Amino acid sequence: MGKASRASFGEALVELGKEFKQVVCLDADLSKSTKSESFSKNFPERFVQMGIQEANMIGTAAGLALSGKIPFLCSFACFLTGRFDIIRVSVGYSNANVRLVGTHSGCGIGEDGYSQMGLEDIACMRTLPGMAVLQPADDLETKEMMKYLVKHQGPVYLRLTRQDLEAVSPANYKFQFGKAVALKEGTDAVVFATGGLTANSLQAAKDLEKEGLSVAVYNIHTIKPLDKECVLSWAKKVKHVFSAEDHNIIGGLGGAIAEVMAEAGSSAKLTRIGVHDTYGESGSPEDLYVKHGLNSTGVARTVKSVLNS
Amino acid sequence: MNSKSDILSLKQTALEGRRWILKMLTEAGSGHPGGSLSCIDILTALFFHEMKVDPKNPEWADRDRFILSKGHGVPALYATLGLKKYFNVEDTLTLRKMGSPFQGHPDRNRIPAVEACTGSLGQGISIAEGMALAARMDHKDYHVYCLIGDGETQEGQVWEAAMSIPHHHLTNICLILDANKYQIDGAVKDVMDLGDIGKKFEAFGWNVLSIDGHNMEQIVEALQKAKAEKNRPTFILAETVKGKGVSFMEGVNKWHGVTPNKEELQKALAELDQAEASLQ
Repeated sequence: MGKASRASFGEALVELGKEFKQVVCLDADLSKSTKSESFSKNFPERFVQMGIQEANMIGTAAGLALSGKIPFLCSFACFLTGRFDIIRVSVGYSNANVRLVGTHSGCGIGEDGYSQMGLEDIACMRTLPGMAVLQPADDLETKEMMKYLVKHQGPVYLRLTRQDLEAVSPANYKFQFGKAVALKEGTDAVVFATGGLTANSLQAAKDLEKEGLSVAVYNIHTIKPLDKECVLSWAKKVKHVFSAEDHNIIGGLGGAIAEVMAEAGSSAKLTRIGVHDTYGESGSPEDLYVKHGLNSTGVARTVKSVLNS
Repeated sequence: MNSKSDILSLKQTALEGRRWILKMLTEAGSGHPGGSLSCIDILTALFFHEMKVDPKNPEWADRDRFILSKGHGVPALYATLGLKKYFNVEDTLTLRKMGSPFQGHPDRNRIPAVEACTGSLGQGISIAEGMALAARMDHKDYHVYCLIGDGETQEGQVWEAAMSIPHHHLTNICLILDANKYQIDGAVKDVMDLGDIGKKFEAFGWNVLSIDGHNMEQIVEALQKAKAEKNRPTFILAETVKGKGVSFMEGVNKWHGVTPNKEELQKALAELDQAEASLQ
């Protein structure tokens, strides 16, 4: 059974709250959706309800961090991106130890439509020096990542999903910051996937195996700093590299991989799977994933068409 | 009680602060004299009278905090911190030069006594709110002071925080408005009139005190009242004059972002010497 990474986050935050007194949480009237509600009930003295004031929430979290707290600040990914300048100056430039938690990332949120979809968040956050950009692929990884995040020094953007994610991590999984995780080996191509696209890419690779195509799959939980070594070693090993994410293909994981490959003079061909520079729309998550080629069938179709061309 | 000699000493320090503001800006060749001279009396009263700080230990956990939300007024902050001996005040003459810690707008990463990076207007007040919340969570009794500009008060984020701080019953915050009446494009009342700003903050739940922001006795008294207030956060509406202390700069908006040349500097310093002589 899958679980949404926002739900895993909410559970993990309560566990961290028990152990670390410096952990505090802020939310802007979305605690039921971001799943910070449980923390607010368990630790009311360390939860700050900010009302619908994302800009003020971000600055307040910076002030808490500069006073020694470890604030987890929650909102929809798109509403955080919308207050980018506050993140840029009060958090990034100030080097405030804030964890910006953006839930409801990607078109996978479905029916609420474009204004609620975080489709530019990775691109924006990646441009801030010192800002780590993380996206877990499943329940276990989210929880392991959260344990790491209380120790990390510096600002972090954590990208989470509304929709359930199928498990991909082994039971003994340990999170390693900045290190890509091999999920499947292959010889014809590699897919670097992040978030919900990880399980879909893994399924696609398994399906393609039956058709005689050998495709490796990596989980890129740390989009910044990117595991360049891993990307470039595969760009030497195979002719075809794919990125897979529920984000605009511009500036996201695909953009990050493109930068690394181009600068290294890599000869492998990169194909970016994601939302192709278009606004989202209402629909079921399933229908939207079909439309944008983000379900396992869609990923398999793209990989196959590139490999067979 | 504030003895007459205390007040005299603060006035002298503020004059010395004005000298350094003008010297560092002349040396830099760019920056904001008008809005630095309008807030130097307030900063002097804060750092030399009201605030509990230790220049030898700028990161002391129990210190009072000061956030310069109107970051372009930073020459006033550098002059005050220098005179308070957080660093050698002479070093501020490297203002805005390559490699200098004295950045054009405050940068906490380069100067420990600077509490936050500001300069994008409207953001400092939220940071102050976070620091005040942290004090309460940690059962610490430090106070957080934040200085904003009147042009800055047009920013939406200021009003988010103005609503949020009283809602959270943060009485350990004192917000000071340096109401110098001008912003880059002209008079505040023409660009975007703040209206009766005191009444607006009062309606938001603040303890509002109106003062002459260049009258040292009034500044000190208002800061003491703010610290004593246990029910509401305090908003000090400080009526100030842009370019205060230099006759040819006072109320002349071209001095918002233009620095004096060497001749103008000498003229200004002579006026400040005269002002100091008349203090005695």
